[in-house]
Amino acid sequence: MAEMRVSYAPTEDQELIRGTARQFLEERVGLERVRELMMSDEGFDRGLWKEMADLGWTGLAIAEDHGGAGLGFVELTVLLEEMGRLVTPGPFFASAVLATTAVSVIGTEEQRDRLLPQMASGETIATLGVFEKPRGWRYDQPDTATTVDGDGYVITGSKRGVLDGHLADLLLITATTEDGVGMFTIDPGADGVSIIQESALDPTRRQATVQLDGVRVAADARLGEGDATEGLARVLSIGSAALAAEQVGGARAAMDMAVEYAKTRYQFGRPIGSYQAIKHRCANMLMKVENARSAAYYAARVVDDVEEMTVAAPLAAAVAGEAYVWVAGENIQVHGGIGFTWEHDAHIYLKRAKASSLLLGSPHHQRDLLGRAIGI
Amino acid sequence: MTDSDFAQVDALVDDLVADFPPGETPDEEFWGAQYDKGLAWAWHPEGFGGLGLERRHQTRINQRLEEAGASIENRYLNLLGIAMGAGVLDAHATDEQKRRWLRPMFTTEEFWCQLFSEPGAGSDVAGLSTRAVKDGDEWVVNGQKVWTTIAHIAKWGMVVTRTDPQAPKHQGLTYFIVDMKSPGVDVRPLYQITGEAEFNEVFFNDVRIPDENRIDAVGAGWRVALTTLMNERVAIGGASIPRESGYIGQAVEVWKDTGEDDPVLRDELLRLWADAEAARLTAQRANEMASAGIPGPEGSTGKLAWANLNKEITAFTVDLMGLDGTLYPNGYELSAPERFRTHEPQKAFLRTRANSIEGGTSEIMLNILGERVLGLPGEPRVDKDLPWVEVPRG
Repeated sequence: MAEMRVSYAPTEDQELIRGTARQFLEERVGLERVRELMMSDEGFDRGLWKEMADLGWTGLAIAEDHGGAGLGFVELTVLLEEMGRLVTPGPFFASAVLATTAVSVIGTEEQRDRLLPQMASGETIATLGVFEKPRGWRYDQPDTATTVDGDGYVITGSKRGVLDGHLADLLLITATTEDGVGMFTIDPGADGVSIIQESALDPTRRQATVQLDGVRVAADARLGEGDATEGLARVLSIGSAALAAEQVGGARAAMDMAVEYAKTRYQFGRPIGSYQAIKHRCANMLMKVENARSAAYYAARVVDDVEEMTVAAPLAAAVAGEAYVWVAGENIQVHGGIGFTWEHDAHIYLKRAKASSLLLGSPHHQRDLLGRAIGI
Repeated sequence: MTDSDFAQVDALVDDLVADFPPGETPDEEFWGAQYDKGLAWAWHPEGFGGLGLERRHQTRINQRLEEAGASIENRYLNLLGIAMGAGVLDAHATDEQKRRWLRPMFTTEEFWCQLFSEPGAGSDVAGLSTRAVKDGDEWVVNGQKVWTTIAHIAKWGMVVTRTDPQAPKHQGLTYFIVDMKSPGVDVRPLYQITGEAEFNEVFFNDVRIPDENRIDAVGAGWRVALTTLMNERVAIGGASIPRESGYIGQAVEVWKDTGEDDPVLRDELLRLWADAEAARLTAQRANEMASAGIPGPEGSTGKLAWANLNKEITAFTVDLMGLDGTLYPNGYELSAPERFRTHEPQKAFLRTRANSIEGGTSEIMLNILGERVLGLPGEPRVDKDLPWVEVPRG
């Protein structure tokens, strides 16, 4: 448990990214636009995706020689925090975070050279299919099976919780092989692939079930060499840390919404925020948000330390995941009746919060990972 | 802040360590020399233990001193003086007062205590009733204070008194430094639910304080008291500790010793571990941001978070012990401990009940966070503009 000394004060680059992101998102993807998108079929706007790509966001943390901006993971989490603040819909997390990380961590040099530039430019939207059962978040023994077929593989199985699978140009699917877990790049249009968009609790982040029925892929569709189990653990660890940043942004926004309402809503002749029942709720939100922020910021800053990340990532995921769900619920309570209506934005945050806390492992699961890392 | 400031303090630390080798120099002498070089409170003006720099330079100085093997124990031994009293003197005292008090405070030749709370004035400390009446060049003080740590060994006490009962409560207060050895000061141990007396009650019977010991103007006592309380809350919530230390470390030790593997208890332990680690990281982040001159809300939540966590963690640790948790190994001996030490879990469980009371109750901390950090409207205050004598009490 080698704790690392890190620095939290934002750099000029980070301030710049935060400022640009906030301005762009408020102007182009405010909550009114989020509402339109969450009721649309795809839950996504290709024009918007293109704009984000043009701003360099989809390749923010990808190296320059792979067509990215070559910035670091902390810069990426600054952007994610801002996206979380406005519950930005679309496949950014699925493609620019999870899938990009998977290719970077597991892929060979040649695969990175081939895949990362298309992902950095936003031209290819990719997503991961790892989980198969509703609980457990197992990634080490997929039921999805492969048989060797000449030079390639034939894959059969089913994946759930595939984020934005209905939009994907490229699927990254795990399957059991003769030498451990393999991750395969699959064309969603290939024979035997069916992608069913599920109706999601959080309509701002869509999910699909992906079925593979004897899907034939070439040998070089397999990312990296040999067993990918360790790489997958690392990908999920980095993904959890990234998601925690997004959760902190959302939690802070839900808190701000509650505080603003408490200042302007009058009952019994006083603003409700002057009553301790409401004021203390808001103050407790602040405490939880700041602690979640600390855990998320720490994880973002130790991302390159593989061992320390086995502590920092589940810590951030458990704390930020629970904090966001709690704050989003308290926000509804502070608003009272109006907070339970469809027309109010509070539910958008609750849904994002609840679903996010389960996508890569529930808080209980994350604590189990933490316990293994610290010997409890 | 410039690199040359750091070079300056580094050079002074090197000089100090060369002239007064730690280990060979008695601590009090070392701390005196440290004060004289301006390395006690770097942000104080020169001549008053400082160099006119910033707080973060002190962080650097302390690190360098510890690396050189020098003791910085005085900061804990005389915590109320060095962390709070010095801030009060720096902000409100005359140069003559600072010269009189700062150096012996820093060397621990003179211990300091704080006399604010009273039996009738806890959260509403501005409603206090200890009276000070002017008599020539002196003030005559009568009343009772409680929750006074180390009053029995302190030379000086920071005391807030009521000097104008006809004024509204915040306006009729005056702040003094009282010599705890003066005739009429009666210090009695106050036994707590643990059986120990860490605190005292202090009675003032016609205690005479010279007017030259008054801090700031007559009637300005509340402003001075706020400076003290702000320094106190920073000191309580902002301490920098290693991972898995303190009560959560104790909980982990008990978990491992008992060979427990119940999954429900394990998840609860890990939840507490994660929350404690997040709060610890917040303190670290707050320290860095404050010393970089960009303080944010992260600096205000620590005391509240730790009060909750300490209570939860110690209660859980006793649960882990099962029937052993129902024992109280050393009995309730009614003694006064010389200084704070780590408690066994059962005593820690009892002791931490005060964490959400001492230094501002959690309810008051929530009000402060809500009003000062989040900008929510204040509580209605029916007593705010009333003359203090007319405020209902009971």
